[in-house]
Amino acid sequence: MKLKLALLIVGILLLPLSAAFAQDGMMTAVGEGEGQVDIIAWAGYIERGETDPAYDWVTEFEAATSCVVNVKTAATSDEMVALMNEGRFDLVTASGDASLRLIYGGRVQPVNLDLIPSWGMIDERLQNAPWHTVDVDGDGTAEHYGVPYQWGANVLMYNTAAFGDQAPTSWSVVFEEQTLADGESNAGRVQAYDGPIYVADAAMYLMHHQPELGITDPYSLDRDQFNAALDLLRQQRALVGRYWHDAFIQIDDFVNEGVVASSSWPFQVNLLASQGAAVGSVIPEEGATGWADTTMMHVDAPHPNCAYMWLEHSLNFSLQGDLAAWFGSVPAVPAACEGNDLLGETGCQVNGFENFDRIQFWRTPTATCQDGRGDICVPYYEWVSAYIGVIGGR
Amino acid sequence: MISAPPPLAERRGLLHSISIVLYRFPFLSVIALLLPILLWIGVIYLGSLTAMLTQGFFYLDGFTGRIVREFTLRTYQELLLQQNIDIFLRTIVMAAAVTFTCALLAFPLAYFMARFASGRTKALLYLGVMLPLWSSYLVRIYAWKLILAQEGIIGWLANALGLTGILDAILSIPGIGGPSLSFSIVGVYIVFVYIWLPYMILPINAALERVPKSVIEASGDLGARPGYTFRRIILPLAFPGVVAGSIFTFSLTLGDYIIPGVFGNSSYFIGQAVLVQQGTAGNIPLAAAMTVVPILVMGVYLLGARRLGAFDAL
Repeated sequence: MKLKLALLIVGILLLPLSAAFAQDGMMTAVGEGEGQVDIIAWAGYIERGETDPAYDWVTEFEAATSCVVNVKTAATSDEMVALMNEGRFDLVTASGDASLRLIYGGRVQPVNLDLIPSWGMIDERLQNAPWHTVDVDGDGTAEHYGVPYQWGANVLMYNTAAFGDQAPTSWSVVFEEQTLADGESNAGRVQAYDGPIYVADAAMYLMHHQPELGITDPYSLDRDQFNAALDLLRQQRALVGRYWHDAFIQIDDFVNEGVVASSSWPFQVNLLASQGAAVGSVIPEEGATGWADTTMMHVDAPHPNCAYMWLEHSLNFSLQGDLAAWFGSVPAVPAACEGNDLLGETGCQVNGFENFDRIQFWRTPTATCQDGRGDICVPYYEWVSAYIGVIGGR
Repeated sequence: MISAPPPLAERRGLLHSISIVLYRFPFLSVIALLLPILLWIGVIYLGSLTAMLTQGFFYLDGFTGRIVREFTLRTYQELLLQQNIDIFLRTIVMAAAVTFTCALLAFPLAYFMARFASGRTKALLYLGVMLPLWSSYLVRIYAWKLILAQEGIIGWLANALGLTGILDAILSIPGIGGPSLSFSIVGVYIVFVYIWLPYMILPINAALERVPKSVIEASGDLGARPGYTFRRIILPLAFPGVVAGSIFTFSLTLGDYIIPGVFGNSSYFIGQAVLVQQGTAGNIPLAAAMTVVPILVMGVYLLGARRLGAFDAL
């Protein structure tokens, strides 16, 4: 009898705890911190003032929550997925291609939005974005697998002197030979990105200039569309002196090598502008490719309470604004655009805030077309070898 | 009665008994000395090499993007695609050109260092050859970026001297030219030659130092003119040094992926292709198969070098 009573009491005591893990393991309350949180992030995404004391959004979090932040930087989406498969991490700042792989691979857990008080502050365009809002269990309501962090575009950077202070309106300046405003040809003076995903930039250009190809999604290309994109890139090869992959070498190329137009990141534009170089950037009429990153939580996160605290902290205005200034990206929280000293008055506008709808957000191409045409698309690994061939003059 | 002393081994303890065993079975001490290095080479080096080469016989499933661990030769067949052949030829031709140039440039200097320079001059020359090796490879490469850039030192100098026409003529050669020296294959070649030159000078110098003076004097006494002595005596005796140096310059060029990443027109070299295939594409089987190409090339090269006596000059 006494034993039964004891069991009952223990059961009652455990009830709130078990409720905390109801709903597919989703937490319903954030408890005491576990003392640390382990995050996989892009380089420069989580700064604690070690590179530049002005850029620090970790120290105050650690002081307020006593959760020590451990960051493991990853260089590629593939690396992020591999680290998450290993386990023992709490969070990852996943880009559009990695996020779906993580969701369908069962590596991340849905986030309980009730535990993220600032969720409502997030840009409405991102709140239900398809790269983190997925109905995996098929019950008709989609779950949110993470909290949007930052996004940005691959802009067209140009030399204002060479273009006669007239911003180019089309990506044609890097794809087709033409005479620029300074009277010289663009041949040898433009650059393209040295990564296979750049095939999507060519596909996006063809979407507007060769509609008969029927491209609806630059990341879902069937064989004919893919070949057309490669032909355009071969034509571009004759104009490109050197492809870029390192942000700082591209900056040097614009300063010392006479390069006047290229796809680029706001990061380089901001840095060159701060050095007084005659550059501007624009998102041309065809639109642009870009990235959107989401902080996602591991399905077996060892420190879920600290992880939820970081998810909430990641939407902090000053963090979002400082990070946008540091990385040249756009905050997921629009309110962070105002009153941030590091970002300045026009920071969000410069980094592309108003261009959301014109961006084709980056996804890994798979054999299964994303636009519902079946399994006829060219997978990413073929993009890689084909692009190597194009750069090699084939 | 006097008790007998305890046996020697008991008195001296464990170390002593080990030394007795080693004395009686000498091969044991040889094994003990060689074991660490054998383990290093056998397990860590050859083991990882085997693991890597095995990957080449797997393939990447294009649909799932996963590596299929079944024996196949299709990954090796992919090496025969024209774009991959281009990469191999480009790299091998560059390695050969760099090696040839390094030999031409290094021989006179090594000859002077070995036969004419003495005392302070000799020390200074050695220092001059070795000094670049003490600073970071990356720093030296980026320094060349400033030298070769369109707005760089060479461009500025050519402009100041009115020689822009010559520079433009070099850069307009189809195939190897480009918008500027640093954007052209010529630039890649110049930096490769600079970076690997010390590895050619030092072995040639070592070989020349070993040519006995008496032999050269005897050649002169027998009536050979200096040119004849050089061709028939000095060059054959120093040639193994040239071949030894060429092993360094050739293999180092074959494997480098930094210089063609910073200079040139972005066309891939073997090292870059391997890096991209395994890093970006996740196609480890193809990356592994590609690494077999430089291994084969170097195998053939080393066999030839052994015939020319290069290993006697190391």
